[in-house]
Amino acid sequence: MAMTEEAMRERKEYAKKAGWKIFAIWLVLSLIGEVLVLYVWGPHMPPGDMTTSAASQQFDFKVLTAMVVPVLLMVWVYGAWSLINFHATKTDRGDGIPLRGNRRVQGIWYVTSAALVLFLAGFGTYELINGNGVGSGEGPSPIWKPTAKHMLVVQVIAQQWRFTYRWPQFGGMETTSIDLPADTTIQFDVTSLDVIHDFWAYQLGVKADANPDVNNVAYTTTSNQLGRFTVRCDELCGIWHGAMYNYGHVVSKSAFYTWASNMEAQNASVTKLLPPFATTYTPSYSGAGGGYYPSYDPNGHAVTY
Amino acid sequence: MAIDMTPAAGVGSPTDLEARGLKAAKPWFKGNMITALIGGGIGYAFGHWLGNAIASNYSVYVSSGQNEVAIYLSLIIGCLGWFIGLGALNYPIQKLLGLEPAEAPKSEKRTFWEHFTYSTDHKVVGVQYLFGMLLYFLVAGLLALGIRTELLSPVNHIWAPDTYIEIVGEHGTMMMMMMTSIVMGPFGNYLIPLMIGSKKMAFPRLEAASFWFTVPSFLILLSALWQGGFQSGWTGYAPLSIQGGPGQSDYDVAFALMALSMICASINMAATIINYRAPGMRWSRMPILSWGMITTAFTMLLSVPVLFDGLYVMSLDRGVRTAMLYAGHGGSSFLWENLFWFFGHPEVYLLALPGFAITVEMLPVFARKPVFALKTSTAGLIGVAVLSFFVWQHHLFMSGMNPDMRPLFMLTTELISIPTGFLYLVAMGTVWRGKIRFEVPMLFLLAVFWNFLWGGVTGVYNSDVPVDALVHGSFFVMAHFHFTIMGQLIFAVFAAVYYYTPLIFGIRLNDKLGKISFWIIFVAFNSTFLPLFMIGLLGQPRRVFEYAVRLQHLNQWVSISAYVLGFGILLYVINLIWSLAVTRTPSGPNPWESRGLEWQVGYPIPPDNFVKIPVVNRDPYGYGTGDDTPVADLDPVGDRAAVVTGGDA
Repeated sequence: MAMTEEAMRERKEYAKKAGWKIFAIWLVLSLIGEVLVLYVWGPHMPPGDMTTSAASQQFDFKVLTAMVVPVLLMVWVYGAWSLINFHATKTDRGDGIPLRGNRRVQGIWYVTSAALVLFLAGFGTYELINGNGVGSGEGPSPIWKPTAKHMLVVQVIAQQWRFTYRWPQFGGMETTSIDLPADTTIQFDVTSLDVIHDFWAYQLGVKADANPDVNNVAYTTTSNQLGRFTVRCDELCGIWHGAMYNYGHVVSKSAFYTWASNMEAQNASVTKLLPPFATTYTPSYSGAGGGYYPSYDPNGHAVTY
Repeated sequence: MAIDMTPAAGVGSPTDLEARGLKAAKPWFKGNMITALIGGGIGYAFGHWLGNAIASNYSVYVSSGQNEVAIYLSLIIGCLGWFIGLGALNYPIQKLLGLEPAEAPKSEKRTFWEHFTYSTDHKVVGVQYLFGMLLYFLVAGLLALGIRTELLSPVNHIWAPDTYIEIVGEHGTMMMMMMTSIVMGPFGNYLIPLMIGSKKMAFPRLEAASFWFTVPSFLILLSALWQGGFQSGWTGYAPLSIQGGPGQSDYDVAFALMALSMICASINMAATIINYRAPGMRWSRMPILSWGMITTAFTMLLSVPVLFDGLYVMSLDRGVRTAMLYAGHGGSSFLWENLFWFFGHPEVYLLALPGFAITVEMLPVFARKPVFALKTSTAGLIGVAVLSFFVWQHHLFMSGMNPDMRPLFMLTTELISIPTGFLYLVAMGTVWRGKIRFEVPMLFLLAVFWNFLWGGVTGVYNSDVPVDALVHGSFFVMAHFHFTIMGQLIFAVFAAVYYYTPLIFGIRLNDKLGKISFWIIFVAFNSTFLPLFMIGLLGQPRRVFEYAVRLQHLNQWVSISAYVLGFGILLYVINLIWSLAVTRTPSGPNPWESRGLEWQVGYPIPPDNFVKIPVVNRDPYGYGTGDDTPVADLDPVGDRAAVVTGGDA
């Protein structure tokens, strides 16, 4: 339908006037929001900075939130403006302006959203390969590995419904609790004996699925911050999934070596009977890959579950 | 493009048969739900017997001590019995016997009981779907309250841990598998022929079947509750699911039935929209709901067979001890994860896409403006549908598989924000300088945009691998998808039910009760799911019945809000039932003053929708142009081709 020139001009003028107002409100609110995100909430964001990976998670989380806040505010400010200004009154139940599109607005929208998304993907990729161990689960074709010369290797063995830890550098001892030294790069070899579990050391910023017959590797470097961390199973693993958790500690290096040496000595009589350390650790009645359970059950059936 | 659908073209109609010198076979059996249940029971018993006869030795090897072959056979043959009892197989059986079955005549006035039989009338199927889906939704919602009751306290337990996992799995599976059809089922089947000017859906028997698959699926899934349930949750990860008992077999068969239902519905929907458009209904004039339906249909057609394959593999592993998903026997647990999520991620868009479409469909009616950037909204739907197939591995970022693929999947996942963002562009452009009418459906629509914004932006956190290492598998993810699915789809459905009851039943729902229920639902929904983001970030994994004591207050807040949310939904349902069954306030023919073709047909809608095939002149969003001529000529005369080329594009 043809539109009068006057109506066209009125429409443009209104859009200009209202647009600047909306922009100004959005800008002010966004600036306030950014300050709150970066300086007030930011330092307290989870999961803390007990390790390099946790600190990196916190940083990434902060960056994403800083990007999300203006987007949220843009929709809210615009939405509030529209709801207040463009509602039908009791007397005027007519129609609005038959506006079917606006090339400029659409173009700006496409370009801005594409730019935001590409930045996010680029930032995420950079953080992933930037060397802090986040994005655990390095597996057989890692895109990043730590450069540290000496790493503490801990094999995390998940099973219904507990975690045990195996320490190849300490005679292959097995423990039911986990202590880690401060200021050390740690390699977690995560595997499972039965179903899929997930090793989530919350305060360490480490999360890796434990798959049967698979060695899922995750790295992290502990900081100087000592304290307790929680280990939870994060992949549904059956009835007692909810109760599959324990606690670990980051302790000083000397305390750790004392603990580990004591444990190694205590375990010596058992360790010599255990099969040697293997990268996967799954029950197998052929005896391959560890052989945790007896090969056959007394009834002659293969027991694998 | 559109094919001829003059009344005489009805295949198998008595007059048509007489003209061909054939005699119509009488329907030898007319089933309903009762006979179907009887048939199902007989089939179930027979299948059990057969399974035990051929495979009882297998149970020796099964940890549960159950003969899974008997269980699978009983469920599958039980389903066949259900369909025979329903009368759904009359047509093929008569055809096999060389008889020529007649189509049942459609009636102007539908009886209440007609909705409990196998009907090939798309309007009946639409209503069947509507109430079926609402029932499934309410049952699954009640289970959610069961979950929240348990989480009131970190240490005192209402449920035993196995019961808790059963409830969690049942809630998730029921919602995710059954709600996929909540828009395409009721609104797609009812509205699409009306919207595109067709007398019927392309495959009426397939259409009826697609609904009647959901009923045994629901019953089987529900029956898992008293068969020990399934501990694997809706994702059914192997090898945990291979450990499960008969409940897990119920999961397999119920999900497979639902997959069949989705495949049937989507084939039918795509065929209808492509072939049965009235003259003049160009792609550019097609209502956005039709676009949503066809993109959803194609997404389903490509993804659901993969699920079906996965379930088949799992059933073989469980039933006859093959070893495809179990690592200890030489299979791989990654296989199921990949098959499942290759279906599972498009699946969440199967929920989101029709939600978007129906939102954009209703929005211009209440904003009194044309859809802003109509082509962009279509592009948004298609973009989401296409990209949904390239993102499944973001569910497996923590699995240890293919670390070098992570940046790629991070990119594709984040790219989805662009087409979903289009829908915000469309919505924001549509309300600009409109005359918004704050009717109840509009309130729900506005809530859709509020809720989905939370769901959308938190999706970015999930796609970013380093942050995902924090939030994956936690309540953060849970809150995220409840915002996208419940906050978007279910709110859109609430809007649509409210909006379309005048069309479907000629009855307007109570406005006051509608507004009260809206505000309770909206506030309680946000109060339930916003804190869950926090709970997840603070380290609470999903599907646990014990959690850190420090999170108790937040969890209690969420649980109480969930009860209030349940109360709000109950009020909404009471409004629906009360208005439909008791007060029955007539609505008038087009209470929302919509320009859509579906509202021009007249009430009651004639048995064949249109006396003559209409000729469509424009898209249905021409609000504010001052041009009040209807979108289609419902009584076209003369040379149709000449009319078709006229009108604005």
